Amino acid sequence: MPRAAWAAWAAWAGWTCNPAPPAGAAARPENRATDREVHEAPPRRGFVVWGGRVPLCCGDENRERGGAGRSGRRRRARGAARADDLAGPSPARGGAVNGAIRLAAVDWAILATYFAFVLGIGVVLTRGVRTSEDFFLSGRHIPAWVAGLAFMSANLGAQEVIGMAASGAKYGMMTSHFYWIGAIPAMVFLAVFMMPFYYGSRARSVPEYLRLRFDEKTRGFNAVSFSCMTVMSSGISMYAMGLLLNLLLGWDFGASMWLCAGIVLAYILLGGLTSAIYNEVLQFFLIVFGFAPLVLLGLHDVGGWAGLQAALARVATAQGFAPGAWSDSWRFLGSAGANPMGVEWFGLAMGLGFVLSFGYWCTDFLIVQRAMAAESMAAARRTPLVATLPKMLFPFLVIVPGMIAVALTQGGGGGAPFVLPDKGDGTPNFDLVIPVMLGHYFPNGLLGLGLTALIASFMSGMAGNVTAFNTVWTNDIYQPYLHPGAGDRHYLWMGRVATLGGVLLSLGAAYLVSAFNNIMDVLQLVFAFINAPLFATFLLGMFWRRANGDGAFTGLLAGTAVAALHHGLTLPPHALAGIKGGWLGLVHVYPSEMAQNLWTAIFAFAACFLTTVVVSLLGRAPPRAALAGLVYSETARADDGALPRWQRPAVLGALALGGALALNWIFR
Amino acid sequence: MTLDIRLPIGLLFALLGLLLAGYGLSAAPSPAAAPAGINVVAAWGGVLALFGVAMLALWLRGRRRARRPA
Repeated sequence: MPRAAWAAWAAWAGWTCNPAPPAGAAARPENRATDREVHEAPPRRGFVVWGGRVPLCCGDENRERGGAGRSGRRRRARGAARADDLAGPSPARGGAVNGAIRLAAVDWAILATYFAFVLGIGVVLTRGVRTSEDFFLSGRHIPAWVAGLAFMSANLGAQEVIGMAASGAKYGMMTSHFYWIGAIPAMVFLAVFMMPFYYGSRARSVPEYLRLRFDEKTRGFNAVSFSCMTVMSSGISMYAMGLLLNLLLGWDFGASMWLCAGIVLAYILLGGLTSAIYNEVLQFFLIVFGFAPLVLLGLHDVGGWAGLQAALARVATAQGFAPGAWSDSWRFLGSAGANPMGVEWFGLAMGLGFVLSFGYWCTDFLIVQRAMAAESMAAARRTPLVATLPKMLFPFLVIVPGMIAVALTQGGGGGAPFVLPDKGDGTPNFDLVIPVMLGHYFPNGLLGLGLTALIASFMSGMAGNVTAFNTVWTNDIYQPYLHPGAGDRHYLWMGRVATLGGVLLSLGAAYLVSAFNNIMDVLQLVFAFINAPLFATFLLGMFWRRANGDGAFTGLLAGTAVAALHHGLTLPPHALAGIKGGWLGLVHVYPSEMAQNLWTAIFAFAACFLTTVVVSLLGRAPPRAALAGLVYSETARADDGALPRWQRPAVLGALALGGALALNWIFR
Repeated sequence: MTLDIRLPIGLLFALLGLLLAGYGLSAAPSPAAAPAGINVVAAWGGVLALFGVAMLALWLRGRRRARRPA
């Protein structure tokens, strides 16, 4: 069945492909070894990998042009959908992969217009960049609504868009937990309790806050690990973009990466963080307007929300779950075996809702930097709160397409046939939901808009990482350790050099990942170990004045070590020891990989918290005078009484939490 | 130089909206591009153009307020 479905999709797309997976792949429980095999060849030769997880066969040089043309004309004569909008691609040359989508002049015009605006914004803003604070923190003059949309958008990279759609297909409405409990509460907490310290301390970065609160070694640990993570994240994003554009449009893998990297480099060099923020806001609106028609057309195809729920009920029962398992978010969390995500409510609430979400939204400098660029303390505190509104609504934009895709492929919904390529093991490749749906539903014009939105999100992801990198490199590594005491002009110059360096390192990381695909999984694992305990350090640092530098540093090390240890002693089901865990031995098998990740985070947080407390109590307390503005008990409370009620962070936060609660209840 | 972001947003979406609407009206839509008889390309172009115009109006209002004497 999957092979027939793949062949049908390939013929419909106008080219043929050998869908056979590498020998022995079916016998392997995971695709890791398959990934290693298929990556002996460069990605554009025959197999490409999406997200480092699955092999995907693409068209090759032996496409049957004549057959595709004749079958295309037959389909047009029958009035079938999409064939006239997706004519067969040009033959491959020099190993390039055939694209599945052909753009019309209007699509190119939309893309070119967007690129022109992006560069134009950088050119206009360059005159406003005179100091390093202008370059790294926009001179702290960004209005709250702009900073808020950028705050949301900095997280909204294409990998999230594509990953959330894939999760929507695999887990249904439960994926909304990543938003309604995995983001909103943490964003409110950041706004109400933590921004006064980040903004009030006048720290230029999160690592600098750690230096002010604790000591140099804690700052250094965070600065170095964050710099490495952010460059690698940027590289992974560029790699994924290169693959996608190669797959969909037949663009050269390297050329598309260099083109987009060059545009990002240009507008950041010109306008600094302000350029990045303005483009993130543009990207936000592009994603809304680019993907909303996809949701509307998809829902129309499956018969509206009721039709979608009926199809998802069939999907759930076919896989042995209760009918509502794909459309309800809380009802089946009583036990891990009752829901497709394989988690129970405690692990989800504690692991995702507390440790991981607070650890990310409250401590990741890429996100926090947008709030630090706000024009005032009140604006900085409103920034995350402004972001909560679109964050609440985005599940309908990015998760519902995945649910529609699984309804169409497995639930018997929809009109025109819709198939996803399979992963080589017979299961559909849900990572391709968004690209395939764009090709399935969008005629030319809308196709250009959708692709521009996707490319914009990749570029924005890269820009966010590069601006965070250039700031942390210049302020937290170069200035304190390599060249202290220079003038502001010198550090402004270094910021621009670091931007170029960051872009080049990102490209290097992308090529590295393309050559050694498993390195991406290893790096993401290492970064998860480092990130997991971080929130414990910040929580204690901001709310317990007794925490000292030795405690914080030791706690970070202990939390990272425990995360690695937990991973090394546990496995998800049906996994081999190795990148999935169990490399130290096997103590426990979790019901799903998600459950393993959540419990890794819980253990790491607990280890960091306890170690920080114990070591701090054994050492000397920091002098209270040094903690003013850095710790809750030593800082005067912000006077919100002067603000109109609708602008007070506590009121806006309560409204945001109420909204998230309502959505959780409605879709329970 | 301070750039009010509503200006480039408004210009971009007004332009994209006109492009889409013009293309949608000039090219005959395939059946799939006209579900329930609606030319989705032209319709969505109109939506984009309206949004762009709204952002430009907000930009103009902000500029007038900034120029008003205190």
